Amino acid sequence: MMAAVPIFPPHHDHKRYFFETLGLNERLLERCLGEALSAGGDFADLFFEAATSTSLGMDEGIVKTAAQGVSVGCGVRVLSGERTGFAYTDDLSAERLLKAARTAALIASGPQTTRVKGFQEAHAPQLYPLVGAIPDVEIDAKLELIARADRAARAFDPRIVQVRVRLNDVLRRILVAASDGGFASDTRPLVRMDVAAIAKDEHETARGSSGGGGRVTLDFFTGAKSPEHFATEAARTAVLQLGAVAAPAGEMEVVLGPGWPGVLLHEAVGHGLEADFNRKKTSAFAGLIGQRVASSKVTVVDNGRMPGRRGSLNVDDEGNQTQETVLIENGVLRGYLSDKLSARLMGMPNTGSGRRESYQAIPMPRMTNTYMLAGEDEPADIIRSVKRGLYAVNFGGGQVDITTGKFVFSASEAYLIEDGKVTAPVKGATLIGNGPESLKHVSMVGNDLALDEGIGTCGKNGQSVPVGVGMPTVKLDRMTVGGTAR
Amino acid sequence: MKSRTINDGEMSTAIATELLALAERAVELARRAGAADAEAVAFEGEEFAAHVRLGEIDELTESGSRALGLRVFFEAEGGQRTASTSTSDLSRDGIARLVSGAADLAKVTGVDPFAGLPDPEAFGSLSVNELALNFEDVHAIPSAERIEMARRCEAAALAADTRIQNSKGSSFELNMSHRVMVNSRGFAGEYRRSYCGFSVTPIAQDASGAMQSDYWYSSARTSRLLDSPEEVGRIAAARALRRLGGRRVPTCRVPVVFPPEVARGLMANLLHAADGEAIYRNASMFASKLGEQVAGENITLVDDGTMVFEHALKDGAKEIKLRVGGFGTSPFDGDGLPTRRTVVIERGVLKELLLNTYTARKLNMQSNGKASRGLAGAPGIGGGNYFLEPGELTQEQIVGEVKEGLFVLSTMGFGVNVVTGDYSQGASGLWIENGELTHAVEEITIAGNLKEMFRNVSAIGNDLEFRGAGAVPTVRIEGMTVAGS
Repeated sequence: MMAAVPIFPPHHDHKRYFFETLGLNERLLERCLGEALSAGGDFADLFFEAATSTSLGMDEGIVKTAAQGVSVGCGVRVLSGERTGFAYTDDLSAERLLKAARTAALIASGPQTTRVKGFQEAHAPQLYPLVGAIPDVEIDAKLELIARADRAARAFDPRIVQVRVRLNDVLRRILVAASDGGFASDTRPLVRMDVAAIAKDEHETARGSSGGGGRVTLDFFTGAKSPEHFATEAARTAVLQLGAVAAPAGEMEVVLGPGWPGVLLHEAVGHGLEADFNRKKTSAFAGLIGQRVASSKVTVVDNGRMPGRRGSLNVDDEGNQTQETVLIENGVLRGYLSDKLSARLMGMPNTGSGRRESYQAIPMPRMTNTYMLAGEDEPADIIRSVKRGLYAVNFGGGQVDITTGKFVFSASEAYLIEDGKVTAPVKGATLIGNGPESLKHVSMVGNDLALDEGIGTCGKNGQSVPVGVGMPTVKLDRMTVGGTAR
Repeated sequence: MKSRTINDGEMSTAIATELLALAERAVELARRAGAADAEAVAFEGEEFAAHVRLGEIDELTESGSRALGLRVFFEAEGGQRTASTSTSDLSRDGIARLVSGAADLAKVTGVDPFAGLPDPEAFGSLSVNELALNFEDVHAIPSAERIEMARRCEAAALAADTRIQNSKGSSFELNMSHRVMVNSRGFAGEYRRSYCGFSVTPIAQDASGAMQSDYWYSSARTSRLLDSPEEVGRIAAARALRRLGGRRVPTCRVPVVFPPEVARGLMANLLHAADGEAIYRNASMFASKLGEQVAGENITLVDDGTMVFEHALKDGAKEIKLRVGGFGTSPFDGDGLPTRRTVVIERGVLKELLLNTYTARKLNMQSNGKASRGLAGAPGIGGGNYFLEPGELTQEQIVGEVKEGLFVLSTMGFGVNVVTGDYSQGASGLWIENGELTHAVEEITIAGNLKEMFRNVSAIGNDLEFRGAGAVPTVRIEGMTVAGS
């Protein structure tokens, strides 16, 4: 299922930037950690971050927006039992770092009990390009990409009246130093192209969108994922919606196409399996390890080690190497996604899932790339097996209430299935289900596993992080579709 | 560069002076780098957050940050080229990079005849003192007391009923932000805003083991207006408990009642559809509908960035009046224009769009001060406070008239399309039978089309209350599709 993997150097000294350009040194990091533990905390870490982001936008055929942002800072975290103390600073002077450490230290109250261990630097295999990643690419080459997308979307159909193209890239450097000796650094490139199109005829107006990217070089956009590909997809879905009929309402058979519809897994099971919710017993999945939560055809993994993928990380934001974690195996719940705090408090392995939006935020267990493994059914047979149902191939986004397990995801491109054939396109509709129950109704799993094109952003407790999702074609015997037609 | 302070607010505090100096320096350097015009925003924020769970401190965060954003405009044949940059690195080198980065980016952008700062005569700021946005008393609450308020709030929720044994926790948050904006055409303005509040999310569990959670909160610009933590905890508990026993209902077409917390988000779609940017892009169901009937005659919606509320407080035996600015109130918008009150929809007719300087020029109209400006990027559209004009009925009367229908407690999902008006959201609620709220319902969707829904509002409540920037009373909408079992 994975595309040809570019060759990356096995290791790289990512910390050099922080030491040489930002003037940090190991002695200062040790002093800060010592200060952070001065009131009796049992663990502390420093998370340094330097991020540069660029955004280029073409609108009405003009490059209207060009923006760049620089963000530099450090977050200091102190753990004391189940408690977390946290402070951050955007000034990396010794004085301000030590002040942040003293502020975070106050979560504990007592004499210092834990000593800072000597740093043991972790080296994880490199999953993304160090040279030639999009943030390094000359701006003219980026402008050419968005101009090509703009032209292709307009050329697709005379009914396309508005096109907007964005290319956002960020280079995020991080360094983590912890009182337990943990020490890791990483340099993370990320790019995403988005195309939005408006189609209009004499009766109605509709929108379509598409996009993709990853932790990649410019080559990504020269293959199948060209600017023309994303542009045509956006324009095609906008025009398709012009003639769409009302979506059906009620419980019916639903076939989900491969790729981005995997957002189902992210919402239905992914969030519910994050360890913090289970430690606090606030998740509908709490206490279900070893129990059947899906049909035996369903195996779901979270994999942070896929080269070039949007959700991938060499190391997580606590400095641990990411991994492939089996969440559901043949329908049985196997494991949770954990970070340092939850692994320690729950006495379970750390899956390298500690992530944070920025230095201003506290890490928590998060997903990376979450997908269902391929099955044996032919996609055409899956469609043929449906008498009356919905075939949903693209979605806007999803949301879950982890306590009740109820989740929704909103279809942006879907069709009716009538007597085993895909027929009329339908208007957007929200699908709703119950996490621990819905996947029990999976009766067929296709052999066509695909990951999304690289557009996912996951929000949790106000923090956004890039993620991937994926799935083969899947049939659910029962799901509620929120349209208006009977 | 000469700048004239438009605010009456004293720019005397050390922070204001520093932020102003940073912003002025960025504008001046941009002018030296060849920009015809430049505009800088400097921001300083302080945050405190305490999260308590099951009586114990879970997380404690205390920090401050500063950042600077810059927009530059370069003259070109037929218009201007523009670009923007932002940074948290406020060192000399950091600011130099902010300016050179913007100047470099502006070279690659296209010439836009509509780009550019507003005309100087449009600039202005309301009186910062009159707007009453900043209250120093939020600082005066000792840390221990802040944590204690969160703890008391959660304790009240946990004590409310034996079916509440767990909680997602309770938080107390405090924020102070200080914002300065300066541009090369003579605008300079600044304001500070204070915020404090707490919330709790208890979990109720019934004999079957099924869990339900809900929340409640209190927030204000001054600690004197915070509700009692115990009262907030009890309300949150009642809200979680009424969700227990939720079941699905068969697919049907019924009236749907949206209480204020849910109606607020629903009616905000009227503002999204009146957004000048969506209008000129044809990305709104209200495109070319200005002056036309777009909702029922009972719908009047106002956006007002100038609101100040007068509260009556007991101070011992005597009553004192306290004036406090709304959560969406500010003295000037993201372009440096004074904020104002705008009747967007009057008796169902689309009277005005939400416009910033750029979208107004695109549509050959005048800005009405709705520019929203973060640190990075060009200003977008963002209103101030908004409200739907209330009706006469109580919520009880609105429910009482329904033979069979849904009372929505919350919606979820992204199934709202302001281009087509298609609306489809996941929902939980209470089932209405013969005018009474009966059992809880969940795992259903509600769907319709906003264009019809706004014409089918059959009742509007008298329960208008500002708990945030937007306030909408209870509304009832006829003929929505509920999809369930």
